[in-house]
Amino acid sequence: MFAYDSVILARMLTSMTLVFHIIFATIGVGVPLLISAAEYVGIRKRDPSYILLARRWTRGFVIIVAVGVVTGTAIGLQLFLLWPTFMQIAGHVISLPLFMETFAFFFEAIFLGAYIYTWDRFKGRYTHWYLSLPVIIGGGMSAVFITSVNAFMNTPQGFTLEGRTITSVEPLTAILNPATPSKVFHVLTSSYMTCGAILAALTAFFILKYGNNKYYKKALKLTMIVTLVFSIFTAIAGDTSAKFLATYQPEKLAAAEWHFETEKGADLILFGRLTEDNEIKGAIHLPKILSFLSFGDFNSEVIGLDRVDADLIPPLWIHYMFDLMVTLGAYSIMISMLFLVFMFWKKRDQYNKWLLRAIVVNAPFAMLALEFGWIYAEVGRQPWIMRGYLRVAEGAVSSPYVHYAFAMFLVLYVLLGTFVTLILVRLYKKNPIQKEWEQRFPDTLFGGDQR
Amino acid sequence: MSYEVLGLSALWFFLFAYLIIASIDFGAGFFAYYAKQTKKDHILNRLISRYLSPVWEITNVFFIFFYYGLAGFFPDAGYYYGSAMLIPGSIILVLIGIRGSFYAFENYGSRSSLLYTFLYGASGLLIPAAISTGLTISEGGFLREEGGSIHLRYTELLTNPFSWAVVFLAIVSVLYISANFLTYYANKAGDEPARKILRSYALFWSAPQIIASLTAFIAISRQNPEHYNNMLDLWWMFGLSVLFFLGAVYFIYKERNYGLSFICVMLQFFFALLGYGIGHMPYILYDQIQVTADATLPAMGTALLLAFGGGLLMLIPSLIFVMRMFLFDAEYVKGKK
Repeated sequence: MFAYDSVILARMLTSMTLVFHIIFATIGVGVPLLISAAEYVGIRKRDPSYILLARRWTRGFVIIVAVGVVTGTAIGLQLFLLWPTFMQIAGHVISLPLFMETFAFFFEAIFLGAYIYTWDRFKGRYTHWYLSLPVIIGGGMSAVFITSVNAFMNTPQGFTLEGRTITSVEPLTAILNPATPSKVFHVLTSSYMTCGAILAALTAFFILKYGNNKYYKKALKLTMIVTLVFSIFTAIAGDTSAKFLATYQPEKLAAAEWHFETEKGADLILFGRLTEDNEIKGAIHLPKILSFLSFGDFNSEVIGLDRVDADLIPPLWIHYMFDLMVTLGAYSIMISMLFLVFMFWKKRDQYNKWLLRAIVVNAPFAMLALEFGWIYAEVGRQPWIMRGYLRVAEGAVSSPYVHYAFAMFLVLYVLLGTFVTLILVRLYKKNPIQKEWEQRFPDTLFGGDQR
Repeated sequence: MSYEVLGLSALWFFLFAYLIIASIDFGAGFFAYYAKQTKKDHILNRLISRYLSPVWEITNVFFIFFYYGLAGFFPDAGYYYGSAMLIPGSIILVLIGIRGSFYAFENYGSRSSLLYTFLYGASGLLIPAAISTGLTISEGGFLREEGGSIHLRYTELLTNPFSWAVVFLAIVSVLYISANFLTYYANKAGDEPARKILRSYALFWSAPQIIASLTAFIAISRQNPEHYNNMLDLWWMFGLSVLFFLGAVYFIYKERNYGLSFICVMLQFFFALLGYGIGHMPYILYDQIQVTADATLPAMGTALLLAFGGGLLMLIPSLIFVMRMFLFDAEYVKGKK
């Protein structure tokens, strides 16, 4: 009935691994920043509730990092198992950032190990906090290196290819390809934003469930500030990415924006749907905004799909991915801003039920925005695996057994996903904050008031 | 020395480091499970978990280093292995996934469970068995080229006595190395009951270990006579390896110098793997991939070596720092911190 297609299966397996890994990788990169911030504020203000916050976040974080390590190992090896031809060619160039990514992760792992076991071991007030810095840097640097590999797939440079053989290579030029800066910026800011959103959502959820107190208020304030700051940075990074695409990868931008005709003063198309003959229905047209977002000039010319070979046009459904990403990102800015406005404007209660509920849903929204963004970035590169040089179909493994591998990993991810959720829930249920507070601070009521 | 030989030496070093560190780790997981099953966990498992907790992620990283390094210095080797190892590689990854996660669930979660311990104990023995197929394939005769791509001959792999000799060697070595290290560690912690049990494990696994080594050695002669003859020329390396094996067993048996005993174990594997590796030259994968002919371009090779050197400069001080804080901090080892 269906012809066996190892390319499609290889793509499906890679997508599945990435969709799953992104969740854990994002948390692995972003949460250390929040843990470190909470510990710093706690030391600075001599307020033990922030330190307790950092400790409790760390406990769950370690479990998530463990899963991230194994899914990261999986995607690292799957590059070779599923895309051997791609790696044979690109391996001459991208093995350097891959290698460095491992070093960066190693660095993070070593100091994370030290961080989690030494809470009460040092005399200096800040000594333990210093250990969180290499964790943040290691996580950030591994994101930088791995993103440069993805950037290379979009705008490969720094090598000469003759047939299927690379005949010269400049490793640094390859790492510093035009896509690297905007992508790195976008990946880092969106990780921090998403982690802020997740931890804020947990706090909001507990306030709704158990009632509010000083401890939760501090946690929510801290996480909402981080969410707002990095939501805004993420939007700026998104704008940088659009400008990068307009110049270096116009077909991706054009496909995402349903920009068919090359023109000056191009409209930005929001939402809508596409009919079978590529007619746009029900969309909002913002006049000249696409030109402005692409080049900072309302009358600049934006390349449309008419300038792209028909067989090189990415799938047009990435428009939906783009819209979802942007909408959910905007939601995060709006909610966190609303919370902070209410906080300073005394007439409104920033802890009202509806706002808290809105903060709770912001966590899945932010994570979904991240996933949609990656789907957009990856599908928008089609049909290329290495733009201009190698197509996805040419890079894939040719094996009649890819479906077995797919089935094995599907079972693994379902198993890990289920267990990690159950274990995290049980971890916090078994040691609720009220209980831990009373053990640590018997003299004060939970939240910080004197007994 | 040319960059590809330096690169290969670095890879060899990663392989050796992984062999030792991962064996300790995998074996410890299995012993933790075995102790639980035989109700000896109250004696053993605190010691084991004090050792494992800070290092488990580090083990995994060595594996990643090895395959990134291999594919970086020898992209064609990455191509051949990548194409051929789809199923064995996926099995390795699933096992690593189970092991890493359930280790964390057991240790950082809120309750310990026999199921979790079983999952990471059992997967710890299956991972080296699966990884060892990579070494088996490198002897040649297990791949076929068809329609421009590389395929693994599964039947050949599964019915060949050589590949089973390697699997047997891998599993037994894991238990032997691990038991030896943990005996030393228990002794350092002053944990007498644990030391006694672990010492008996170390002695128990030493005879199968040397038998498995010799079996695998002889089995190479049928699979790859050229490699076998090269190794016979390096007989003194294997002789040294056997001597260090005897030394390790002697010290363990006499219940003294446990540190020296473990150094003997490391040297035993050092010389065996060195002899194996040098005998393997000039091929990385018989008779497809050669060290010099199939190396990456000089610019990349140099960049990788620089990254490797820079990385080590950063990592070694950090590793020493962590080791001093945990593994070799007498107070920590004894459980006082």
